[in-house]
Amino acid sequence: MSDLQKTFNAEAGKNNRMLIISAIFLAIIMLLPFMWVIGLSFKANQELMMGTNSVFHPPYTIKNYLSILAASSVFGWVVNSLIVSIGITVGVLILSSLAGYAFARLEFPFRSVLFIIVLMGLAVPEQAVIIARHQIFSGFKMHNTYTALIVPSLAAPFGVFLMTQFFKAIPKEIDEAALLDNASRFKIFWKILLPLTFPAQATLGIFTFLAGWNDYWWPLISATKKGMKTLTIGLASSQANFAQSEGLGFLTAQAIFAAAPILIVYIIFQKYIVTAVSGAAVK
Amino acid sequence: MTGMVNSFLKPKTGSWSNALFILPYLIFFIGMLVYPLILGIELSFYKLDLFGPGRFVGFKNYVRLFSDKIFIQSVMNTLYFVVLTVPAIVLISLFIAIALNQESKTSGLLRGIFFSSSVLSVTIVTLIWRIVFIPNDGLLANLFVGLGWEPIGFLSRPEWALVAVAITTIWWCIGLPMMLFLAALQQVPKEVYEAAALDNTSKFRTFLYITVPSIMRTIILTVIIEIILQFQLFGQAQLMTNGGPNGTSRPIVMFIYDAAYKRWDIGYAAAASQVLFAMILVAAMAQYFFSSRKGHG
Repeated sequence: MSDLQKTFNAEAGKNNRMLIISAIFLAIIMLLPFMWVIGLSFKANQELMMGTNSVFHPPYTIKNYLSILAASSVFGWVVNSLIVSIGITVGVLILSSLAGYAFARLEFPFRSVLFIIVLMGLAVPEQAVIIARHQIFSGFKMHNTYTALIVPSLAAPFGVFLMTQFFKAIPKEIDEAALLDNASRFKIFWKILLPLTFPAQATLGIFTFLAGWNDYWWPLISATKKGMKTLTIGLASSQANFAQSEGLGFLTAQAIFAAAPILIVYIIFQKYIVTAVSGAAVK
Repeated sequence: MTGMVNSFLKPKTGSWSNALFILPYLIFFIGMLVYPLILGIELSFYKLDLFGPGRFVGFKNYVRLFSDKIFIQSVMNTLYFVVLTVPAIVLISLFIAIALNQESKTSGLLRGIFFSSSVLSVTIVTLIWRIVFIPNDGLLANLFVGLGWEPIGFLSRPEWALVAVAITTIWWCIGLPMMLFLAALQQVPKEVYEAAALDNTSKFRTFLYITVPSIMRTIILTVIIEIILQFQLFGQAQLMTNGGPNGTSRPIVMFIYDAAYKRWDIGYAAAASQVLFAMILVAAMAQYFFSSRKGHG
């Protein structure tokens, strides 16, 4: 029996090792484009004109990065992206927590109808509303403002849905006890329940921030003035004259520079992001 | 006495004041989702450009759409793109999830790597891949030369442009389904595998008859989610090929964007976006149908 178990374990181990090895192989393929671009970013533009083969041997230089620091509109874009993504994240967290608490705990007229309508909003893709949104903001002459970049994202129903689920999962006895102590509805929400939802706030916050940071279509049509561009569309506008005028070295350095902030956030918060994604997946 | 005060202070069930908690969200929901949705449908019945109030044309925009060769082409391109990406994304991420479904440092690190591309914006992803695809000097061109093949200008060849966009998209989108599958695999009870092991069932049969049925619901849901996502292809195509050559890589969303913000044919673009919405709604209803059928694995 134990012999059989052993052979079986050895067999399973071998299978697992084969799987891991092929996963490592795939991961290397996955990383190749990253490594290629990183490599090019440390080569002088002139040298790359002769051929990209030179990436495999020195000299290497950090000149491309220095010219970003010297020239660039990249900083302004990063600041705009930060303001917009943080604005969206804070707004979504506040609105979703309030609404999620109400849907999970409070009685008010038309509650279930409203909740179903909000849920149906999940099925509406951005494309179905973006043209009308653009018209609305044009009507108010509000394009090229932070408000215009932030406000549309505050309507997304996902956060309300997630927070409602979370508030529902908190045992009712907790707020019933507080209610007996004459605490107001808002006080119960603010002092007692909200702190318990921290894991959900983290999940929702990370998702919302990433979505805001990476949003493409809306800022593309709303932030048309140079000073209002976010990193995503600023970078897009600067690669219009691809590889010709600015040089491959500079272009790749710019890609790495632009990817760096979000990758650093990702590496720091990786545990949260991974649990956030798998947590939302189970729901 | 205290009881009376309590019942007086306690908000009555069903009171309007409780609705104050959802009011802030509701304002944004109505102003930025419900109203634009209705306005969008209304716009699709108008001939409307940058100037003037526009004029009501009934179903003319829709009639025009279905005889517009460029629109039909963009629908076909989108369907082709979905076929190119969704099976590949689902199969590759399922394989990775099965390989990494174990607690170890290596598997944690690999998960981190496979998810890393998902946090990048479309602009950075396409910038990286355009550099990879450069006809004579890109990573792929170097690889092809190394293998003794003729390098291909992927992005400028009609038969390759959308394939190149698809490869980029697969690279970008593999993280989320991998996570979905990992979460599902962890829900499969270990005892089931142990029983199969005692019966000397082969690894492949175990996979086919135990793993796949246990996560079938997640697989179907992931396929639907990916169909919805990939149906909305826009940024990658716009940034990598600008829909070319000859519109062979222009998807529906880019058709809408071009109609609205290059030709300022707002009503026409709104009509196209309603058609896209209808298509996505069908998929979303399928998703709802499957996710509400709980307990069937």
